[in-house]
Amino acid sequence: MTAGRIPVGERFRGFRARLAADGVFRPQRSSARLGHGPKVGVGPAATAPPADAAGSVGAMGPAGAVGAADAPVVGPPRDAPPVARRRGRGGRGGEELRVPEAEFTSYYGRPILKAPVWRWDIAAYLFTGGLAAGSSLLAAGGQLTGRPALRRAGRVTALGAVTASAYFLINDLGRPARFHHMLRVAKPTSPMSVGTWILTAYGPAAGLAAVAEGAPLLPARGVFSPVRRLLPPAGQVAGLAAAAVAPALATYTGVLLAGTAVPSWHEAYPELPTIFAGSALASGAGVGLLAAPCAQAGPARRMAVAGAALELWGAHSVETRLGLLSEPYRIGTAGRLLRAGRLLTAAGVVGALAGRRSRVLSALSGTALLAASVATRFGIFHGGVASARDPKYTVLPQRERIRRREAGQV
Amino acid sequence: MPDANSLYGPLDPAPDAGWTAAGPRMGFFTDTSVCIGCKACEVACKEWNAVPESGFDLLGMSYDNTGALTANSWRHVAFIEQPVPAGHRTAAFAGDPTGGSAGATSAAVAAGTGSASGTNPGVPPGDADAAARMAGTVPSVAPDGTGTRFLGMPGAAPPGRGTGAETRTDFRWLMMSDVCKHCTHAACLDVCPTGSLFRTEFGTVVVQEDICNGCGYCISACPYGVIDQRKGDGRAWKCTLCYDRLGAGMTPACAQACPTESIQYGPLDELRDRAAQRVATLHERGVPQARLYGHDPTDGVGGDGAFFLLLGEPEVYGLPPDPVVTTRDLPRMWRRAGLAALAMTAAAVAAFVGGSS
Repeated sequence: MTAGRIPVGERFRGFRARLAADGVFRPQRSSARLGHGPKVGVGPAATAPPADAAGSVGAMGPAGAVGAADAPVVGPPRDAPPVARRRGRGGRGGEELRVPEAEFTSYYGRPILKAPVWRWDIAAYLFTGGLAAGSSLLAAGGQLTGRPALRRAGRVTALGAVTASAYFLINDLGRPARFHHMLRVAKPTSPMSVGTWILTAYGPAAGLAAVAEGAPLLPARGVFSPVRRLLPPAGQVAGLAAAAVAPALATYTGVLLAGTAVPSWHEAYPELPTIFAGSALASGAGVGLLAAPCAQAGPARRMAVAGAALELWGAHSVETRLGLLSEPYRIGTAGRLLRAGRLLTAAGVVGALAGRRSRVLSALSGTALLAASVATRFGIFHGGVASARDPKYTVLPQRERIRRREAGQV
Repeated sequence: MPDANSLYGPLDPAPDAGWTAAGPRMGFFTDTSVCIGCKACEVACKEWNAVPESGFDLLGMSYDNTGALTANSWRHVAFIEQPVPAGHRTAAFAGDPTGGSAGATSAAVAAGTGSASGTNPGVPPGDADAAARMAGTVPSVAPDGTGTRFLGMPGAAPPGRGTGAETRTDFRWLMMSDVCKHCTHAACLDVCPTGSLFRTEFGTVVVQEDICNGCGYCISACPYGVIDQRKGDGRAWKCTLCYDRLGAGMTPACAQACPTESIQYGPLDELRDRAAQRVATLHERGVPQARLYGHDPTDGVGGDGAFFLLLGEPEVYGLPPDPVVTTRDLPRMWRRAGLAALAMTAAAVAAFVGGSS
């Protein structure tokens, strides 16, 4: 088939080169390899595993197994002797075939859904938004219970984090200059619209609270003296207002992700707000542990424990409760990130409890909690994106839903 | 006062969206049993709507070199090659030395090709493993399993040489012109935070390009993977069901161009009747696989404004078998978020009130 090939156009050649690179431009080998294997349940239907399939039959074997019979582009005829077919069963990357765990059909294996076009900015925003919320709660607590170090650190962090959030959100837009179009509607059916308004309420309050911390830096006399006098009470009010909005800011992002067709996000809708609330508390606590002296850091330690508990429970739940849709959270990038997040959370909590008298240990555990929050957010983000990219996470759960409906189980 | 079914369930969308003098809901019925895969719909759509080119590449997906619906392809003609028993009819390639062409390997290779569609996420490569099963869904692969032969490209020697006519498989070709479904409960519209997506008086869903700021929420919300972001432009684009032509009482460009009336445009009620009759006719004529997709107002998206007659399972055509609008669960989602927010507040209060240090 290949030998007497007539010259072809440039694009066509590109395609052939790609086939050759994939090692598949070998019809003879393919049929020999696929045709007869007794282990292949449905004949040719059972084919190459994705390299990253869960619990994949690990090593597909080195390419060496392909062997001499397959090496030339012009191979033996299709009805090749059995010797070729055994060899073909070896492996090379994603092109080799094996019995898949779950049968489903698809259109050329292409994803049915469009994967989120959100870049890493949105995952980063999940962290900074939560950090801002946790810090505002910490600051308000410090303000009400007379712990100035917690108050100051919380307010300043909240302003920094909410500023970063605004940057990430706007930067991720396809048309950043049109960010203000978000403000032309208020739509309860759009979690992003709700979030816009939450952020719009929260941002100025958090900003004023943080600016109020700078009041003592103003000169006591002159034009600035009224400002210097008025800022602290205004900051108290703004700090409480920010803290009142903070829980909404921390948890709406769970609805933001769940309000999509992305299978592993949508089905995780009961857990996502909880994970994000816990993660926000833990990161706020991390700020307290980093910034406050041990004498004032007690509430931060308790917040760390509570936040870690929510976060760990939620993450464990999405990794186990969703059946097939839990898989993206356990494998690949998302799996690594979530495992790292879990370890860092545990380390942070242990350090926070053990380091009551050690400023260094407290700071280290605070850092671990912040890193844990980052890892968890990116893990959840990547898990969802991975679930949208693979048609099996779209088709199989929907097939199961149909099956149950037909069986009258719903 | 919003309808009780505003988020889920049967609904007439235009009045629900506030149109007081809306006419009948308009839509498409795409009868794939008469589609000949000519792609006139793709071309007409591009011409009329000035949709940019979507990359010229050979994908190896049979005659489909568009790959998927994207911001730059608002109609997409899918081609599926399947080995099937010919039944009482003459075999597809009887007397033809080339035999059937459907093959797991060719599908697997095709899955790995990408297309520079100029959109995001556009046409990403698929999963070779899943693609290879395409040709195996019908249990009639030739007895020796030679359904797994490479095709996709013309060869200098006749395909089938070396195998002989006895190893040929029977074969069928499915073609389907896919399009935005204009759902009754359109997730893209529900989640759009700018109001760029809106419901027209015809019951269709349209993006206003002067409002869209490219947040991308609609793209991950669509249960069919229709709407997409155009690179360089940053905004989301999809079929408008030729809103401009509808306003002038004209037929959408694709339906106008379709030479076999595979794409039919009209009032949705009428189309549903016609589709039911067509299915009955096909069943009568011995095509038991014929079924409607997206016609049911009680399905997960409240029925589609553009529905289809298919000759196989929906996923064969790249359609989700049981799509559900994400906003169905929205009240429950907000409730969970509220609980989580309360838990968070309680934890923070407890952290400061409880304890001794």
